[in-house]
Amino acid sequence: MMMMKTTAASIAALVLGTGAAFADCGIESGSVRILANDFDALGIVIDEAKTCASDTVSVEANMTSEHKSLQVPALTINPAQYTVALVANNSIVPLLNDDLIRPLDDLVAEYGDSLQESQLIRVDGEVVAIAFMGNAQHLFMRSDILEEAGIETPTSYEEILEAAKVLREKGIMEYPLAAADLPGWNLAAEFVNMYLGMGGDFFEAGSAEPSINNETGMKTLEMMKALTEYMSPEYMTYDANEMKALYLADEVAIMNQWGSMVNGHIDPEGPAPEIGEATMLAPAPFVGGGATPAAALWWDGFTIAKNISDEDAAASFQAMVYGARPEVAQANPTGATWLMKDFDAPESANGVLGTAAEGARAYPMTPYMGLLHTALGAELAEFMQGSEGAEQALSDVEAAYRAAATEAGFLN
Amino acid sequence: MRHRDFIAFIFPSVVAMILFIAIPIVSVVVQSLYVEHDRVLIEVENCGPFGCTTETRVDAEATAEMKAEQPLGKFNGLGTYFNRAHLAVDELKAIFADNDGFGDIVAQIYNLPFYKALSFTLVYTFLVTPLCMIFGFLIALGVNAIPKVVKGPVIFLSLLPYIVTPLIGSLILFWMINSDGVIGASLQYIFNDPELSLKASPVLMWMVLIIYGTWHMAPFCFVVFYAGLQTLPTDTLESAMIDGANRWERIRYVVIPHLVPLATFVGLVLLMDNFRVFEPIVGFSSEAHATSLSWAIYNDLSGQVDQLYGSAAATSVLTMIGVLIILTPVLIRTWRDFSRRAR
Repeated sequence: MMMMKTTAASIAALVLGTGAAFADCGIESGSVRILANDFDALGIVIDEAKTCASDTVSVEANMTSEHKSLQVPALTINPAQYTVALVANNSIVPLLNDDLIRPLDDLVAEYGDSLQESQLIRVDGEVVAIAFMGNAQHLFMRSDILEEAGIETPTSYEEILEAAKVLREKGIMEYPLAAADLPGWNLAAEFVNMYLGMGGDFFEAGSAEPSINNETGMKTLEMMKALTEYMSPEYMTYDANEMKALYLADEVAIMNQWGSMVNGHIDPEGPAPEIGEATMLAPAPFVGGGATPAAALWWDGFTIAKNISDEDAAASFQAMVYGARPEVAQANPTGATWLMKDFDAPESANGVLGTAAEGARAYPMTPYMGLLHTALGAELAEFMQGSEGAEQALSDVEAAYRAAATEAGFLN
Repeated sequence: MRHRDFIAFIFPSVVAMILFIAIPIVSVVVQSLYVEHDRVLIEVENCGPFGCTTETRVDAEATAEMKAEQPLGKFNGLGTYFNRAHLAVDELKAIFADNDGFGDIVAQIYNLPFYKALSFTLVYTFLVTPLCMIFGFLIALGVNAIPKVVKGPVIFLSLLPYIVTPLIGSLILFWMINSDGVIGASLQYIFNDPELSLKASPVLMWMVLIIYGTWHMAPFCFVVFYAGLQTLPTDTLESAMIDGANRWERIRYVVIPHLVPLATFVGLVLLMDNFRVFEPIVGFSSEAHATSLSWAIYNDLSGQVDQLYGSAAATSVLTMIGVLIILTPVLIRTWRDFSRRAR
């Protein structure tokens, strides 16, 4: 009997639940097909967009970390396989290069009342994407350890080096630092962060010629190498996830970690609630007396495919605007650093917001930045291990980039 | 078999081979000769949540026109093969023209991505292949000698490394050699060196990869050699025993000669397989210390946002040529054996 009751109750809940799931997004009909990266914050938005599904509106989503390799072929065919592609500063570039996404100005005027001006990503005056969350690497620090050592909160990499030295000398921690120095995407991202903090420019103005083999590049590498002195000898195998594991294992005191991963570090129900409790979040550090923090700013947002019917495009835009409406941000304050209107940022978003407020620069949307990023990831490894000089490493990066950029048609 | 029957018999497989092997290879070769069109770049102002910046973008319309005219891209001939990411002809010339002796030449060549990948690939291939065959043979001899009751389970256990998916196998080992892992921590304890890390030193990393490769492939050799041992002519063995040959002499003069044709086959398969080593490099996150040709292809195709099809195709063609070169001595030997027997 008891069982029956529970079953009945759950069926009722299910019916009510599905009833409530028919949200009123104001869409008459159309097909919404979403391609996205696979992480929690995007899932929140996509789940909300899915509630727009009705008898006449279908909403499907494919969340995969392989989205970058799918998006160009999937949007090239006509009609496109997906109507919506969720992108970031870097992954929007191939879509722009091949002209696969449509300008959104008309749709914003018609359906975009809940959007803020700052959410609109404009290229040459045209709105090409709507951003809904920001992200950056910023400082995660163990306040308890810093206190024990009597260290003031560091705000620059130079101070971090000193703090690490004190922690080692006092015997509190042998390897207090960590960074995502795994060759490939991660190592390149570390270089980009530090180089931006040093105030460097990646390319000669208005051309695809690289310009990193200079004093700024040398200083960037020197700092990256100096930090590894205080990292566990296996630092070349760490990515962001590995860093999280180390941090939660009480083996790291200071690190520059992704803002979108805050929840996993401070989760009171996670594996190490006491470490989460002692965690202090701060903006990304400055470096070399530079004026901007050493971290690139990222946004995540959505784009609408070009090769689809106008009906599907309108339906997709409305569903995504609904999925990323201000109430979603308010209901999930710790889900991400939301960019929506009236978002009351909790403590956990302060790292990213602080980094932005201190004037950090956005990761470049330049068409050939991806090629430089790949070259950095492959060619800096030997320097980081100490088997190559900084100058050689930088000239290798430029040479590797030139070979790739020539093949991609950016250089002659 | 009549000629017509033979053709009818082999026709489906020839069609399948043309469709799934020959045509893709031709398309890869064609692809490797082309690069992307020159892109038309324009400067624009980009704005977003973090302010506005002036950046370049691709003039998609102008680029699309060129693409419509020549969908394959710009013909580049063998240019991709000779650029820095592959054979690096210009760089090699520069190195030979200006260097500080032999050691410097080697170091500078090793600094080029293709040669770096090639050196590990070759070392891996030429160490793992014989090691696999030796260990596989020893295991086969061992298993052949144990009582029948335990044979089944022992064979299954010996096959396990080969059954486990390479990526999973390498990940498991990777975690074990972590300085917190069973093997990593034990080694630190044994050598009394808390700094010892298998993952931090290139030499140790190469050793780990080679040991892993041997561990993974030895069961394959074992199975083939074990099957071969079942066909040993017992009368030859018995007459050897009557002649007073001890176990070692029997292995040396009866078993090994009997297994040589099999060993040639195993060697061929292993050389081909090992030359395409890929999974352990990803599984062990060893990109910093060791890369392989297959990894270079993967890296071209999984760049952060761009895919370099021409470059990947060129590396693929070079890999195929490499496999052919490596196999040539074995193939020549097999051919000689074949014609000698035919005579």
